Amino acid sequence: MAYSDKVVDHYNNPRNVGTLDKSSDTVGTGLVGAPECGDVMRLQIRVNPETQVIEEAKFKTFGCGSAIASSSLATEWVKGKTVSEAMEIKNTDIVKELALPPVKIHCSVLAEDAIRAAIGDWKKKNGVTEAAEVAVAAH
Amino acid sequence: MSTVTSTVEVPAGVTLPIYMDNHATSPLDPRVLEAMLPFFTSKFGNAASRNHSFGWEAEQAVENAREQIAKLIGASAKEIIFTSGATESNNLAIKGIAEMYKERGNHIITQVTEHKAVLDTCKRLEKHGYRVTYLPVKADGLIDMDDLRRAVDDKTILVSIMFANNEIGVIQPVAEIGKLCHEKGILFHTDAVQAVGKVPVDVNRMNIDVLSLSGHKIYGPKGVGALYVRRRNPRVQISAQIDGGGHERGMRSGTLNVPGIVGLGEACAIAGEEMASETVRLTGMRDSLRRKFETELDYVEVNGSWEHRLPGNLNMSFVYVEGESLLMGINDVAVSSGSACTSATLEPSYVLKALGLGDDVAHSSIRFGLGRFNTQAECDYVAEKIIGIVKKLRELSPLYEMVKEGIDLSKIEWAAH
Repeated sequence: MAYSDKVVDHYNNPRNVGTLDKSSDTVGTGLVGAPECGDVMRLQIRVNPETQVIEEAKFKTFGCGSAIASSSLATEWVKGKTVSEAMEIKNTDIVKELALPPVKIHCSVLAEDAIRAAIGDWKKKNGVTEAAEVAVAAH
Repeated sequence: MSTVTSTVEVPAGVTLPIYMDNHATSPLDPRVLEAMLPFFTSKFGNAASRNHSFGWEAEQAVENAREQIAKLIGASAKEIIFTSGATESNNLAIKGIAEMYKERGNHIITQVTEHKAVLDTCKRLEKHGYRVTYLPVKADGLIDMDDLRRAVDDKTILVSIMFANNEIGVIQPVAEIGKLCHEKGILFHTDAVQAVGKVPVDVNRMNIDVLSLSGHKIYGPKGVGALYVRRRNPRVQISAQIDGGGHERGMRSGTLNVPGIVGLGEACAIAGEEMASETVRLTGMRDSLRRKFETELDYVEVNGSWEHRLPGNLNMSFVYVEGESLLMGINDVAVSSGSACTSATLEPSYVLKALGLGDDVAHSSIRFGLGRFNTQAECDYVAEKIIGIVKKLRELSPLYEMVKEGIDLSKIEWAAH
């Protein structure tokens, strides 16, 4: 299979590989996928409690080159965004950016799931409701 | 920031890309090409032309090839039928026997890790009223002889069990299977594509009645294969699946592919002469690969029996690293993976699953198929390269990190998608 240059670039130079302290209140962790399906992504975000801006994002992925690239790209995209902005990232954006073929679309879906799961985890830890989010956003 | 691409210096005498996928196909031996060439040009006759020298010349070349093939498997030349390859040989053997012996019974026994050419042929026969038993394999990839004994009934006409597996290289207990079939009066077919020319095959000693082989797996040309069909004790009869001019004792019509057949014959002759020395060389290289991986990496597993295995096969799982991502890092080395992502169906290898391996281990498998033209220097390069990539991908692997922290992955509720 031929990979797009962007997939190859993320595979060769994955951005933001690593681990954040998942017990920290400012960190949200999303672990999605399953080993038997051949891909597992862990995406972590560190959120500024004042601004709700994602200041740091890290990932580790078990999966094919496209899965690695999708999660690597996801960390780049969420960084600097507020939590609610990050929720707007769609798998189709990832497909477009990485020129993923149809057979690899599930990799982008997984990356979107990982972002949502990480944000969900952070919200749960911090008791953030939709209303509180709106309030901060309006600030 | 980590960089996945590992920079391993290419040693002198090694040219990239390196071909290490000899179970898929093998390069043509230059000596085979040499033998074939005249039959494309000056010696172009039709082997079925009985009334001129062009035909006689071609026929003589074909008969010579028949002898060469027969010699390699302990058969007589008259028992060799030429086909277009092993897929056709397997189809002809199984369908041809099923049709010919249908008055005697409708039950066929095979096993789950057969090549699709056997499995899909059997599935088709099931639609036509045949009963097929698919024997399981043990964790080492071999069938249990007791399972086979139990599966036999009074309607069993054929047992079709491969000689050596194309993915994990394990060699089935062919002589034992043949003995059992012989005692029970059941025909025994074996798909010996991966075994012929690699390990000793003797159709009489092993009680093989029908055997499929192919040219391109043994440094011969593609598009040519053969079917051994026993002529006595018992005399096996096969219904033709291709009708026409009645070539090949009426079992396979069609003008013979003379250059291909000459190539197949020559490939068999060379394989016979060089098998002993090649076995020593290939097992040496294969063992060195395994040793390097096991020394440098944790969580590596050999898939399938190590004892009953082809000399050139190493199938290993680099657990917690996904196979396709590993292949992506070694794009100047041709090997293959049991990973779902490398298959058309997005399902991991059914062969590895049949061993009872978890899908995650199957996703992490790499098949190294060493052959006549591989060198130790190539193996050293490939080993070093793979070790580097596996280490880097494990830095990226959440599973590896979790296991290292002592987390039991089987206890996690994964959101399967």
